[in-house]
Amino acid sequence: MNAQRRAWLVGIIAIAVSAVVFLVPFAFVILQAAKSPAEASNLTFTWPSTWQFGQNFIDTLAYGDHVILRALLNSTVLTFGSVTLMVIMSAMAGFVLARRHSRWGAVVNFFVLAGLIVPPAVVPTIWVLQGLKIFGTMPGLILVETTFGLPFCIMLFRAFVNNIPRELDEAAILDGAGPVRLFTHVVLPLLRPVIVTVIVVQSVFVFNDFAFPLYFLPGNDNVTAQLALYTFSGQALSFYNLLFMAILVVTIPPLVGYIFFNRHIIGGMTDGAVKG
Amino acid sequence: MTTSKPVHRVKPAAPTQRSPRTWSTYPLWFFVPVLVLFVVFFAVPTFSSFYFSLTRWSLFDSTFIGFGNFVQFFKNPQLYTSFIHTLIYAAVTSGSKIVLGFLLALLLTSPVIGKGYLRAVVFFPVLLSTIGVGILFKSLLDPFHGIVNAALGVLHLPQPGWFTDPALALLTVAGVDIWKGVGIATLIFMAGIVAIPGEYFEAARIDGATPAQQVRLITMPLARNATVTVIILSLIGGLRSFDIIWATTGGGPGFTSDVLASVIYKQYQAGFYGLSTAGNVVLFTLVTVLMVPLSYLLNRKQVEV
Repeated sequence: MNAQRRAWLVGIIAIAVSAVVFLVPFAFVILQAAKSPAEASNLTFTWPSTWQFGQNFIDTLAYGDHVILRALLNSTVLTFGSVTLMVIMSAMAGFVLARRHSRWGAVVNFFVLAGLIVPPAVVPTIWVLQGLKIFGTMPGLILVETTFGLPFCIMLFRAFVNNIPRELDEAAILDGAGPVRLFTHVVLPLLRPVIVTVIVVQSVFVFNDFAFPLYFLPGNDNVTAQLALYTFSGQALSFYNLLFMAILVVTIPPLVGYIFFNRHIIGGMTDGAVKG
Repeated sequence: MTTSKPVHRVKPAAPTQRSPRTWSTYPLWFFVPVLVLFVVFFAVPTFSSFYFSLTRWSLFDSTFIGFGNFVQFFKNPQLYTSFIHTLIYAAVTSGSKIVLGFLLALLLTSPVIGKGYLRAVVFFPVLLSTIGVGILFKSLLDPFHGIVNAALGVLHLPQPGWFTDPALALLTVAGVDIWKGVGIATLIFMAGIVAIPGEYFEAARIDGATPAQQVRLITMPLARNATVTVIILSLIGGLRSFDIIWATTGGGPGFTSDVLASVIYKQYQAGFYGLSTAGNVVLFTLVTVLMVPLSYLLNRKQVEV
């Protein structure tokens, strides 16, 4: 009985604290996004006198020649391209890395560690991109995002392949599969949980990334969601309602992905992070 | 063996059978795409940055000027304070994330009501756009109209300027960073705590250990791997932090919340590419010098649960 009382007491205190620390800011965004411009600019935590959520949504998407809409599209392309490349490349590398110890494997391992620790050298990267004639282009940014997402993905794949029995490989080889078929037909299907984890984690990461697009994809045509939001916050000083609606709109894609795959991620991440 | 730690010692290679079959089953060309990207977009920029940091550089031509950029960096208070701010910021954010994350994980793995809701709410900010969070907190912490100061006013407490107060700006940004990032630390700690077998706690209880003793003598030592992961991830993140600072204070007021990453961007914007790259070299030297020995020390003792 006593333990139950404590569970209630501690729980209620925690819920009260979380309401102030987390729910109030979340609610503030939604309330602001539903107000009229004049009301929103007061920044008060009040119920809107006129609830114009739908109108603000339409206005936000239409603002500045549909810049937010274009940005969402660009970010989607960027995320899809980067994460696709990441999954394919890191699954291949992680598989061979786990199965075979070679000098080249050691080189890949070194890069994985270095890539996790060492911050990117931004201006020289611009120089490299210019040399390849892909500076300020979507493919250029996709390649950079991919490069810096790879270490984390390779780590997860390598850890996971280590838990797949080698006998499966041998059976497939005996059945006459070549290395490529072994990878695509035997190993990849078994990797599905990690692939889901990698897709969700890296999609959220790439979609929310601000620094790389800021450096490597300047210009208004291919503006990404975070950059559009940042620019918007500098312009929309009299449209706080639209600005907060823009925050909501930009949050929707990662949120949807997370809700869908919530269970997978926690499992995949924690297997990677904690199990020795 | 810690195959999946962010930083770990590479396992000594097991003696491999170099039979022709091994060669063909696990082809080395699977490394090619990864290696190409690493070399072109990571190794080349990183190594060339050492040269470019010693030049006056316009992206088209570079003039060698020796250590001029570094001298300028460490002589100019607007630049070298960013180095100190980076250290303060990383220490404050990662220290708080470790302590708060651990306490939250203890709470969320103990029997309390509303656990599912609490977990979701603590983790949710991790998904939010950093720029969005920055805009949100600029509004909440607005010195005159913000609801935080309004609430403080009702309670007759002082109402600081937060982002606009030179003494507070950096710590305020750090606070927002903690609000946004503590969910990841909590998640990793929770996984570590859940992995500890319940029998240990039962045995401790039978031996008469208080809950506090159980935490100190069982949970903390056995969740050590999770702690190491949190320390390393949050420190690296804190040292590199840019987005949240740029979205809230832009390094201001004055240069009071500038960190290395924001100085690198400002110098790049101003067209001082050599100086910007020198800042970059300072940053990754700092990160490497701190993180490599630290991760080696932390990973020497592995705990098997």
